[in-house]
Amino acid sequence: MATFLGLDYPTLWFLVVGGVFSGYAILDGFDLGAGAWHLFLKKEKSRRIALNAVGPVWDGNEVWLVIGGGALFAGFPVLYATLFSSMYIPFMLFLAFLIFRAVSIEFRSKEEMAWWRKTWDITYSVSSIMLAILLGVVLGNVLQGFAIGENYEFTGNWLEFINPYALIVGVTTLALFMMHGALYLTMKTEGRLFAKLRLLLRRSIIFFILMFALTTLYTLLYIPTLSDRFREVPILFAFPILTFLAIANIPRLVTKEKYRMAFFFSALTVSFSLALVAIELYPVLIPSTVDSSFDITIYNAAASEKSLGIMLTIAAIGAPLVLSYTAFVFWTFRGKVKLDETSY
Amino acid sequence: MDVEILARLQFAFTIAFHYIYPPLSIGLGLVMVFLEGAYLRTGNKEYETLARFWTRIFAITFGIGVATGIVMEFEFGTNWATYSRYVGDIFGSALAAEGIFAFALESGFLGILLFGWNRVSPRVHFIATLGVWLGSMFSAVWIVVANSWQQTPAGYHIVGEGLTARAEITDFWAMVFNPSSVDRLLHVWVGAFLAGAFLVLSVHAYYILKNRHVELSKRAFKIALGIAIVSSLAQLVIGHSSAEGVAHNQPAKLAAMEGHFDTLAPAHMYAIGWVDKEEQKVTGIGLPGGLSFLLHGDFKEPVKGLNAFPEDERPGAVNAIFQFYHIMIAIGMILIALSLYAGWLWWRGKLFDKPWLLWVFVWAVILPQIANQTGWFAAEMGRQPWVVYGLLRTSDALSKAVTANQVLFSLILFFIIYTLLLALFLYMMNKKIQHGPTIQAQLSEHRPMQEEMSNRLNR
Repeated sequence: MATFLGLDYPTLWFLVVGGVFSGYAILDGFDLGAGAWHLFLKKEKSRRIALNAVGPVWDGNEVWLVIGGGALFAGFPVLYATLFSSMYIPFMLFLAFLIFRAVSIEFRSKEEMAWWRKTWDITYSVSSIMLAILLGVVLGNVLQGFAIGENYEFTGNWLEFINPYALIVGVTTLALFMMHGALYLTMKTEGRLFAKLRLLLRRSIIFFILMFALTTLYTLLYIPTLSDRFREVPILFAFPILTFLAIANIPRLVTKEKYRMAFFFSALTVSFSLALVAIELYPVLIPSTVDSSFDITIYNAAASEKSLGIMLTIAAIGAPLVLSYTAFVFWTFRGKVKLDETSY
Repeated sequence: MDVEILARLQFAFTIAFHYIYPPLSIGLGLVMVFLEGAYLRTGNKEYETLARFWTRIFAITFGIGVATGIVMEFEFGTNWATYSRYVGDIFGSALAAEGIFAFALESGFLGILLFGWNRVSPRVHFIATLGVWLGSMFSAVWIVVANSWQQTPAGYHIVGEGLTARAEITDFWAMVFNPSSVDRLLHVWVGAFLAGAFLVLSVHAYYILKNRHVELSKRAFKIALGIAIVSSLAQLVIGHSSAEGVAHNQPAKLAAMEGHFDTLAPAHMYAIGWVDKEEQKVTGIGLPGGLSFLLHGDFKEPVKGLNAFPEDERPGAVNAIFQFYHIMIAIGMILIALSLYAGWLWWRGKLFDKPWLLWVFVWAVILPQIANQTGWFAAEMGRQPWVVYGLLRTSDALSKAVTANQVLFSLILFFIIYTLLLALFLYMMNKKIQHGPTIQAQLSEHRPMQEEMSNRLNR
């Protein structure tokens, strides 16, 4: 099997997909989080500022989901097919909320009527919250595994996807995104809105830390197989330690009013959490609860070596381009939000 | 109803709805590149006003295009899992390439295009506009490549058997430049230019008729008319080349398009007609032996008919394919006639003298939309019963884990959401059009109160 830097192609592609989804979670994470706070901001102007803080970038952030979907389809077609057809109903709801959210952002400020804005404020906030929870629910179910039988086909009932662990991971994801989003908004606002957000930020940090502890405890107690890898390769224990340090650093930096650094560390928290997931699963992608011989792994799910080679080349050319547009856009809209005639 | 019918209905519905928007984005993007280019060259503020106005319209089409497009990307996995496993190696790479090379470019610069007017220089803004437009063009490249591979597979081999069989890539460039991709890409691009140009023509014809923004509108109308003339004529050549490709690569599809059954007879070409599938007869008017002549240069030469294919390897809905194909062609001809006639009046300096013609342009906006839709219907229904031509049947491509009730649920969900979206889209378009372009000079005079002013403007 062909290798590059000592890693085989499926492993490399696993890292690429992980990188893309981590990018997605960091970027869309803060705008979903900002959306989740929307109804907590009462004044019309505050809501517009918060909306315009994510206005120029949310669409670019969502591109990472599209790239991630394409990367899964191209690199691990079996996983793509099984994951989406098994979790049919959750993904259909996910798509519906995604549309509602896009439409709410687009149309909210285009009419003056109070009922109009109120309706879109609610759909915007509710869909942001539901998207964050659904992402977590998917992750929780992937971590636990589900009923995959022969030929990679799901043999269970979709209601099984609603279970305590999945819901806990869902709420934890929401808490993480809300903290991340509150940090983003504090960087983009000033005056009384800023003061209010600081308060909300403090609450969200507590909320996240509690949820993170609960998830960790639940995982250790009820899904002990997920920590096998850390017992086998003790050096990997560095990752949980780094994750805890990153989390601990956020309240410290917030107290010192270093919001930009705190935002950086909440982004790191997102990446480290996903790295933990990756370490726990690798080389499995979805464990089968029917029989471990039906597990979907990076090897039985992978596209051909030729295709992975092509995709790695495409990723190597594309990644710097994508990162440079992203950086350019964020740089253009740096600083506090100012409303003008082009704003939402 | 069974899963197959429901899943096909859902795909047809969601893709047809989605395809209202991307052609408008590509076409309007081209117009905006021309407008901003003209502004940079001449410094004439009128072009900037027009570009800003069309950017606001573009924002609506683009927004709905993105929202409905994400659905498409995941629907292969949700509803067509067997298909996804079968073609992931190939189709997946095209989709991933679209995400990285096209969509990222498009959405990345979109923020600057929409919100950057007061933050970056006109030159940088022009680059952003160009980036968004090129992104949408590249998007079409990868999507059409992926779809064309389903029509005319190339650069692959089949590995495994039965349920584990799948197509693996052997030659990337052969896959990208499969026999139909270039013709079909050009066909899609030009169809999109027509959709955008006719929207611009429609709106500005309306302003001229209502005596609003007349000078601005005349400028924009001429730019869009130029695009329409070139595109509609180019489409004639490209369409012809596309049809020849279909004759060569997918003879059963071409036979269905003209309702040609008998293998030993010369094939006719109809302008209008009705196919009786039971009697294997077409009633209509057209050129006897026309298709034979088009393909072989001889009116008497026989053309392979539908009967040359086994019953279970021909497209079923022959009359529908025939009708969709002929509606597309008829509209193509009308667009040529309309734009050439307007071009002739322009040359004689009488372009805006005929109110009836302007009214025709106001309503003609719907024509490219219908042609784009029916063209795709003919192309996709003509490929049946195959999802990948000659390799994988549509009926085998489904998700085995998904039940009919689940698909029914999602179909109803999308139906409700998309009906709402369409209503919002039309409402917002109408509102923006009624509001019209805002003259920039008025805005900058109010700088001290800009925020107040802009709050009012934006409500």
